[in-house]
Amino acid sequence: MRILVAVKQVIGRDAPLRVNAARTWVEENDATFEINEPDAYALEAALQLKEKHGGEVAVLCAGPERAAKTIREALAKGADRAVHIELPEAAALDALGTASLLARAAEAEKPDLVLTGLQSDDLGLGQTGVVMAERMGLPHATIIMEIDFRGAAVRVKRELEGGWFQYVEMPVPAVLTIQSGIAKLRYATLMGIKKARSKEIKTLAAADLGIPSHPAAVIERLYMPPRARQAQIVEGTPQEKAARLVDKLRTEARVL
Amino acid sequence: MSVLVIAEHADGALRRMSWEAVAAGQELARALDIPCSAAVAGHNVSALAGELSSARLERVYAVEHQLLDAYTPDGYARAFELLVRHAAPRFVLLPHTYQVRDFAPKLATRFERVLLSDVIACRVEDGKALFTRQLFQGKLNADVSLGGEPPYFISVQAGAWRADQVSQGESQAETFVPELAAGAIRTRPEEPFQEAKRAVDLSTAELIVAVGRGIQDKDNLHLAEDLARALGAELAASRPICDNTWLPMERQVGSSGQTVSPKLYVAVGISGAIQHLVGMKGSRTVVAINKDPDAPIFDVADYGIVGDLFEVVPLLTAELRKAKGG
Repeated sequence: MRILVAVKQVIGRDAPLRVNAARTWVEENDATFEINEPDAYALEAALQLKEKHGGEVAVLCAGPERAAKTIREALAKGADRAVHIELPEAAALDALGTASLLARAAEAEKPDLVLTGLQSDDLGLGQTGVVMAERMGLPHATIIMEIDFRGAAVRVKRELEGGWFQYVEMPVPAVLTIQSGIAKLRYATLMGIKKARSKEIKTLAAADLGIPSHPAAVIERLYMPPRARQAQIVEGTPQEKAARLVDKLRTEARVL
Repeated sequence: MSVLVIAEHADGALRRMSWEAVAAGQELARALDIPCSAAVAGHNVSALAGELSSARLERVYAVEHQLLDAYTPDGYARAFELLVRHAAPRFVLLPHTYQVRDFAPKLATRFERVLLSDVIACRVEDGKALFTRQLFQGKLNADVSLGGEPPYFISVQAGAWRADQVSQGESQAETFVPELAAGAIRTRPEEPFQEAKRAVDLSTAELIVAVGRGIQDKDNLHLAEDLARALGAELAASRPICDNTWLPMERQVGSSGQTVSPKLYVAVGISGAIQHLVGMKGSRTVVAINKDPDAPIFDVADYGIVGDLFEVVPLLTAELRKAKGG
């Protein structure tokens, strides 16, 4: 089976965020980047499907040159090859723009399954997979916890809200957005890292994909959220903080 | 040109988030001085449409079709596509539920528009609507505008508007029967179900210690366990901890886990992504321990300790033991 995994490179979770001078995005110069975590789970699900059913896993990523590092890491974990849609630095694309590019590139790969994370850790629009499915004319299911590939069809377990689930079956090819936690993430082995160096990365220029531009969602202003409820910050040495907090919980909040 | 709110229902009743979306729609419509309508889709939805009609709306559409009985993205996207073409609204507002996340991007794409999802506020400046979204898991906010011609598609975050803010009044009912073909529905949904009964019911816990990504490693979990034991609290976690199988899923608090409202909630190394906050913001007293002073968890905390949890938590455990002993 042919599995295509769409991954995104995002600013690292622990990286400090500084709003840029134009207040439209964050400073990326001193940022660290990593694979979007939900996409890491999509990759893991794809690798496990390949181990079970055979075939290949290709990684698809739209991003500037630096995204190549994330692609290499995916190859080191076991993906067979990759397609990198090169975007200019800080391309102002929203989910529709990016997903349209991804869909165009994905069509050429003729995958049986397209997997991607349910949302990105930066923009968090949560729709890349669904828009790809619509663009590619494929059925989809979102927030998937389990994948049972049955050749001509796939049966998946969808997470609903409040601890409810649902099985859904659909014909393949299909697009699935993967919930974090679907499987335990693997680490790249030294052998995997070595092998990754010789794996193919096909580079496409975004402009060559022939996607017409469309009116985008524009970030007019980016800022620190106003503080909703100011927490009382307990000060002092670590020892004093602990003692003062316990005292406040007993005498002020009266919850002990 | 109006605002059209798409309501969602479950178990024969409108979901609370649908009312929140109606409140958001009414607010936006007032700011733009345009009418607000609402729609609900399904099979035999006239009672639900009637329920919606208690709100002050120009029109309530009962989108009625047998093929809408069970939710499918193909069926719902097509039905609402036809309704939007029929009603020609300027804005389409939806509650940001799992179901909306499943079909609304598809719906918006049919109009060559992006869905602006999970919006927490809106305002109108010089006739231009600006929508506020959270980026980077709530660490930053962005005011976003939408380009091009209408319709614009927006989904609103749970709890961002209040259901009790809905203006009551009258509305005109209209049944809308979309043309749907069974063959165009490609997914076959089965009945929703719950996993076997939970061994842990956090919803009734009085005291909870919840641990998040900041704990870094499974081997460090004992720090939180010790704190929970000293307090006599249940141990809970944010999603990443359960994703890593460091704790069972049944101990997860948040939108995909349990909703809790203890008298004391101690968040250890939890940054406070919205998916977690919705599960615990009903707690009476919240303590947050985090090394990042800008972590969103401090927005919902009553008491905060900014510091290294590996240093602070053992000291706190010791203090609690001392306090209990003394």
